[in-house]
Amino acid sequence: MPNTSFSPSIESRPTYAGLVPQGAAPSIMIADAEGAEAILDLVDRDAAVLDQAHLIYIPKGAQFGSKLAELGAKGYHEEASLDAAMTLINRLLGAAHMGTQLYLAGSEGMMGRISALALSLGLPLDAIQMEHRGSIGRPMQCVHCKGVTQDVTTDPFTCSHCGLTLFVRDHFSRRLGVFQAVCVDAETPGVIPETQEITA
Amino acid sequence: MTLQFNDETFRGDYSYFNTERAIKRLPFPFDRDEYMYSVNIEAHPGGPKGSPFEFRFDVDEHYISEMKDRAITLDDDPLRCQSLPHMELAGWDLLEIIMVSKAEDYPDLFTLHRDGNRWHWINRPLGIEQRFTFLDPTTLPCGPMEYITRQTQGDFALLHERDGNLWMDAGMVTSQADWSLDFDIGMNFFEWHAPVPKAKQMGVFDKALKFLLAMQQGQSYRRLNWTMTVNPRLDTSPENYHKWGPEKRTITPENVGRKQHLRIELQSFWRLPRSNAIAFPIRCYLACLEDICTQPKWGRRLHRVLRDIDPTLAEYKGFAVNQETIVNYLSQFDDGAPTSPGIFPDA
Repeated sequence: MPNTSFSPSIESRPTYAGLVPQGAAPSIMIADAEGAEAILDLVDRDAAVLDQAHLIYIPKGAQFGSKLAELGAKGYHEEASLDAAMTLINRLLGAAHMGTQLYLAGSEGMMGRISALALSLGLPLDAIQMEHRGSIGRPMQCVHCKGVTQDVTTDPFTCSHCGLTLFVRDHFSRRLGVFQAVCVDAETPGVIPETQEITA
Repeated sequence: MTLQFNDETFRGDYSYFNTERAIKRLPFPFDRDEYMYSVNIEAHPGGPKGSPFEFRFDVDEHYISEMKDRAITLDDDPLRCQSLPHMELAGWDLLEIIMVSKAEDYPDLFTLHRDGNRWHWINRPLGIEQRFTFLDPTTLPCGPMEYITRQTQGDFALLHERDGNLWMDAGMVTSQADWSLDFDIGMNFFEWHAPVPKAKQMGVFDKALKFLLAMQQGQSYRRLNWTMTVNPRLDTSPENYHKWGPEKRTITPENVGRKQHLRIELQSFWRLPRSNAIAFPIRCYLACLEDICTQPKWGRRLHRVLRDIDPTLAEYKGFAVNQETIVNYLSQFDDGAPTSPGIFPDA
């Protein structure tokens, strides 16, 4: 499955250039689900990227774990969920030295959350690479209650925190790693447009 | 003439009003009978005596009530005022420029005594007297940006310059036209403008950013912007959209003249001396259509502007749903006569 290409409907949507090997520099690689394939492609192009790499994988039901484990990264860590992986990710990012590369591959929600964390810890933007693979679900922050709903694939959708019906505004925050979502029936309570699947 | 302050509200019973003097000095945002985006920047301060352009930070009859409304909004949602850790120095820069300006421009209302870093600030309208040490945050009840912007009309963004861009890294935002500081904080100039239609394709943002980055120490400029708001509400935030949104649908031909307001933003830009940041105050003036139409030139012009505006902009500025009612109302003030150039009403 190639790097996802998106419709131009959301201009501020981040563009994910794809992973490019940075040689044997120290690195942290984090992938979820089909993001594993982007890591496999990366290693295929230059196996040296693994020499000083910590590779963290959250399968979310996908079957790439054994392939990634066999790659021979300095450290391989399979995690049950992103929340479960956060202690390790915080430790690795917190201890990262200048020149450390961060490779992220998979869902927009995971990449948005980890890149926002990395930026807040002082990692420069150009040390972060991302490649979008798998689910086109997007992370949405409800502007009203501030709760984030992950993997949203419809427009409008229901906020998983406060229950308001929300539409997506053309607005993405790198600091938060989320899109902005706004009440769709604020002016006419109860009048809600038909739900549409987001196709890309 | 000593300023009289209105006792009024911007929510609930919406008792906000403009006196005749306030109407005549409104910074009417249209200098011709049509509207499209432009980088309409000019030097600030400077303008006719009594106009909102005369002084660096305009203080008018709404001052005390606006500050009360800000305090209510901040009590409800403290995230409306935020400052990233590296922005404290810019906050002191802002405090200095406002205190010095107000004390010089309105000596009967504000006084500032300075003895080195030991400062003594007196704000008579709000009944505040504060002795503090400049650049020592422990001597103020809150951070310097929050302290001074709780005493100054208008929203404030502080923009940090790096990597050839401007980053919105601090702000006090309680009277915004539907944007969220909590979401936008930390964004660069292009990121926070992403939801604005058309302007990017027109190159407006590239030009505006180049202009701002070229601003030198001590320079300050202004531009006017506008939108439409139902009821004189300062806090039209996205956070509370589901609370104020229903009011937008209460416009009728009978109430449109009193309920529908032109929301004018007097935006200014200030290069700050120590931090090299740019302060971006966004001062809001509200006037209902009835107020506007007391000035025949403005009534004619507003009718033509809103009748002929690009539909995308009517949608973005949030009045498309009421446009027909508004334009019908305004048409009674438009006899087809030509209007004079410029924004000021005819004498």
